[in-house]
Amino acid sequence: MIAVIDYGVGNLFSLTASLNYIGADVTVTADKDVLKAADKMILPGVGAFRDAREKLFATGLVDTLYEQVEAGKPLLGICLGMQMLFDKSYEYGEWDGLGLIPGKVRYIETDLKVPQIGWNSISIKEDPLFKYTKDGDFVYYVHSYCATECGQDTIAVSDYHVPITGAVHKGNVWGTQFHPEKSGNVGLGMLRAFNEL
Amino acid sequence: MITKRIIPCLDIRDGKVVKGRNFEGIRDVADPVEMAAFYNESGADELVFYDITASVEQRQLFTDILTKVASQIFIPLTVGGGINTIDDFDRVLKCGADKVSVNSGAIRNPQLIEEGAKKYGDQCVVLSMDIKRVDGKFHLFAKGGREDTGIDALQWTVDGVNRGAGELVVNSIDTDGVKEGFDLELLDEIAARVNVPIIASGGAGKMEDFAELFRHPGIDAGLAASIFHFKEVAIRDLKTYLRGEGVEVRL
Repeated sequence: MIAVIDYGVGNLFSLTASLNYIGADVTVTADKDVLKAADKMILPGVGAFRDAREKLFATGLVDTLYEQVEAGKPLLGICLGMQMLFDKSYEYGEWDGLGLIPGKVRYIETDLKVPQIGWNSISIKEDPLFKYTKDGDFVYYVHSYCATECGQDTIAVSDYHVPITGAVHKGNVWGTQFHPEKSGNVGLGMLRAFNEL
Repeated sequence: MITKRIIPCLDIRDGKVVKGRNFEGIRDVADPVEMAAFYNESGADELVFYDITASVEQRQLFTDILTKVASQIFIPLTVGGGINTIDDFDRVLKCGADKVSVNSGAIRNPQLIEEGAKKYGDQCVVLSMDIKRVDGKFHLFAKGGREDTGIDALQWTVDGVNRGAGELVVNSIDTDGVKEGFDLELLDEIAARVNVPIIASGGAGKMEDFAELFRHPGIDAGLAASIFHFKEVAIRDLKTYLRGEGVEVRL
């Protein structure tokens, strides 16, 4: 069972619908025991970093989340859920993230429009998450901030006149800046690969 | 690189797609779920659903269709039509919409843009505008383009973005239905004033119109209905052509 962590941020319709569509067993939850019982966890998120971080901590799930990651349970952060995996975010201030993957989240410094909204291609490294993904496939992004200084944990990059960290992987933790649940068959392939881990 | 987006628009009434909004007398209709699946397979980058129903029962039918589409098709879905309150945002987002398009509702109550952006984020609020030249000025029209509000459309656009609109749909009444190309003069005026994505609407008649549109770097997407519905232009052919013209597209 995949536990989608519900901490009151964003719309979970597409995520749960896409997981159902690929045949995954999904539970949307804010319950520690469900997290413990799950095989895999997804941390979604849309909105502002500070607000989301406060809401996540308010659920009282963070200790359980750390404990489950420590025990080796796969975790996938999506969009703002990915940004929270890092050490720090500089969105309207300076905030500590979960520190599960080294890196810092900063405003996208580009001469193009910010937020980046739309489909961009990804250059990928070989990774279990990309079992069904090809280099150059297109994914859907909506974001104004982007992970930097992620080093060797970066597994996908897009070009937005500056390099955009598209996805990261360290140990049993993955993150995608883009929305796999909105990225058509390419995104469904990634969710399928995550489900099959 | 980021790609230019091609977006078919589906007007829904009585649970069906009404194909011929701009052509009097045409009553050709199609099943919205089938049509959405077809466009998804053809390479559409997003879908826009406009609810043009009038009654409460039909509204229920619309949200049922939306749920069905959103359970099978995993590209961004924008919903517009009849969005007047934050409760309308809640209603369509719960049924699977990703973005909500406001038009007349925001003219009656501009606060609606701020409320939507505050609750769901700027990326969720699409400000859709029907604009027409009146005495050499761009006026904002309400009620599906039937009523001149007298509001300066360019100023309205800037105000809307300041209130939190994350994307704009710019529909030119002057070029809509004429099929001789998008209203590039209007689009350039708006692109010079804002830094959010601009979706151009009204006037697409052939593939070349999209190539011309995307030569204007401030424009991010092209929206059309009838040329796609009547298969005058196939989205995959259009994208192949655009790529040949040097436009970045998702293929």
